[in-house]
Amino acid sequence: MATPTRAVEREARPRLTAGLILGRTPYYVSTGALAVIFLFPLLWSAVASVSPQAGSAQTEGFGFGNYRTLAGYQAGIGQYLLNSAFTSLLTVALTLICSFFGGYAFARFDFPGKNILFLSVLAILMVPYATLLIPLYVMLNAVGLQDSLVGLSLVLTLFQLPFSIFMMRISFESVPKEIEEAARVDGAGTFAALVRVLLPAVKPALITVGLFAFLAAWNDFIAPLILISSSDKLPLPLAIANLRQQVMGVIDYGATEAGVVVLALPCIVLFLLLQRHYVNGFMSGALKG
Amino acid sequence: MTTVTAPPPVTHAPATLPGPGPRPRRGRAAAGLQGWLYALPTALFVGFLFIAPVLLVLRMSASDWKLFTGDNGWNLPVNFENVTSNRFFVSSILFTLQYTAIATVLLMVLGLGLALLVQESTRWKSFLRTAILVPSALGLASASLLFYALYSPQSSPFNPILRWLGVTDSSVSFLGTPSAALWSTVALIVWRFAGFYMLLLLVGLQRIPGDVYEAARIDGATWWQTFRGITLPLLKPSISLALILCVTGSLLAFDQFYILTKGGPDNSTITVVQLIYNQAFSGQNNLGRAAALSVIVLGALILINALQFKGLKSEDQ
Repeated sequence: MATPTRAVEREARPRLTAGLILGRTPYYVSTGALAVIFLFPLLWSAVASVSPQAGSAQTEGFGFGNYRTLAGYQAGIGQYLLNSAFTSLLTVALTLICSFFGGYAFARFDFPGKNILFLSVLAILMVPYATLLIPLYVMLNAVGLQDSLVGLSLVLTLFQLPFSIFMMRISFESVPKEIEEAARVDGAGTFAALVRVLLPAVKPALITVGLFAFLAAWNDFIAPLILISSSDKLPLPLAIANLRQQVMGVIDYGATEAGVVVLALPCIVLFLLLQRHYVNGFMSGALKG
Repeated sequence: MTTVTAPPPVTHAPATLPGPGPRPRRGRAAAGLQGWLYALPTALFVGFLFIAPVLLVLRMSASDWKLFTGDNGWNLPVNFENVTSNRFFVSSILFTLQYTAIATVLLMVLGLGLALLVQESTRWKSFLRTAILVPSALGLASASLLFYALYSPQSSPFNPILRWLGVTDSSVSFLGTPSAALWSTVALIVWRFAGFYMLLLLVGLQRIPGDVYEAARIDGATWWQTFRGITLPLLKPSISLALILCVTGSLLAFDQFYILTKGGPDNSTITVVQLIYNQAFSGQNNLGRAAALSVIVLGALILINALQFKGLKSEDQ
């Protein structure tokens, strides 16, 4: 801001003239085309899911026939939705508990082994997901948690920890210590101060952490592929992927599209509602990059 | 997408020495105990579900370990010999590297281009930003299933579009030939991840102070000079982070190929992770060999990450 007057002059918006509108048309056309390219697969999927498809079990015209096929598929779409919802919500709960208390511990306390533990959490990022799933399969099998949605949630939570703990630590560190101390002077214990004073202060970060955990758990594919073997315990993405197993050389693309819509809809709604938090997650994640 | 984190920022006292922070009314030991109590859930996860399996995968890689019979004793070099002499070992590595190179170059160029395009926050650009970002809310598996139907010979909308544009008369088989399968998968990945990298680079762009650009404009710099001289150098940390995420993510590609091609056609799209999966579960049931391949991948990735971090550090100075 060395030359404020000049800056204002330069940034003053030019009046809309015919020449300007004509000049801007190619810009709007090309960027509009870009938006269409990115939205097209989603829109097509939505339309295809209510259209009769070649190779589909549906024979009527436009309507929810594909969804009815999907609803009646094997254990039933309701069961798969329930599996996905249970796994995702348990993962979110476990992630929130670990990162809320863990973030607080890392931000506010010095305890022996603290730095080793924090580095271990970050090291989870270094280890490829798939290479851990083989031993995890064996270990969960040994304790009876293989082929269980609880076991699956534990594994999904592990891979949320690096981002979540990192985020919560930063968030707690940005809250001034005086706020807690004031609460303590008023007679609150450490835990009461944490819940009553700090929890509201770090709520936006918790929402971001929960959002990312939900999206990751809801959408994960390879962990349930390896850890879940009963067909009635499959989460939604796997159940829908199994639709592709051809029956007499025919793949039901209509039901697959309906499945994609059921899978994608909660994610898109959550994204649009919490877009600000989604973007903030990137901000604090990239801060140190 | 959840791996958006950063290199370790820890620059505290060594782990063995508790920090000297003065704590009135509370002994240092008591505070340490309390800290551990709060960190306990995290410590349990890290110990049982991270450190233990890393040790177990090392142990398994040196054992004759089958899916249904379990551990049949040590067999040290055998798994590694079998894995490296597997006929898909070299081809899966080469394919994964080829895919990584293509995906990384396209996503970086496109991500940066889009970030520059939607940088200002006018209403139209906010809409554009959201439209480009929406696919990144979808899971990779959902996106792959969506494109599986988009590429299907029966219901693909692309063939009518291509015919209408006059590009081709016949139907294109999008997943039918090795190169078509590769590029079709790349198209899916670009659609799904372009917004993700756009956002990551956008965050970097917005941290560049505006008066630097103002000064360049006063000096009469062209757009290209500003881009080369200011934007690129100041964006380096963000680009490096995006690069690490993109390279690591692409090297571990699985969902998209598992869903779109199942490794075909003619085993041309078998990635390294697909090979691990095949060794362990898809009929082979040899967990020991899968573990051996995992150890090789793990070593390679730690090496690559270490090199990238080192490169980052030296660039910073």
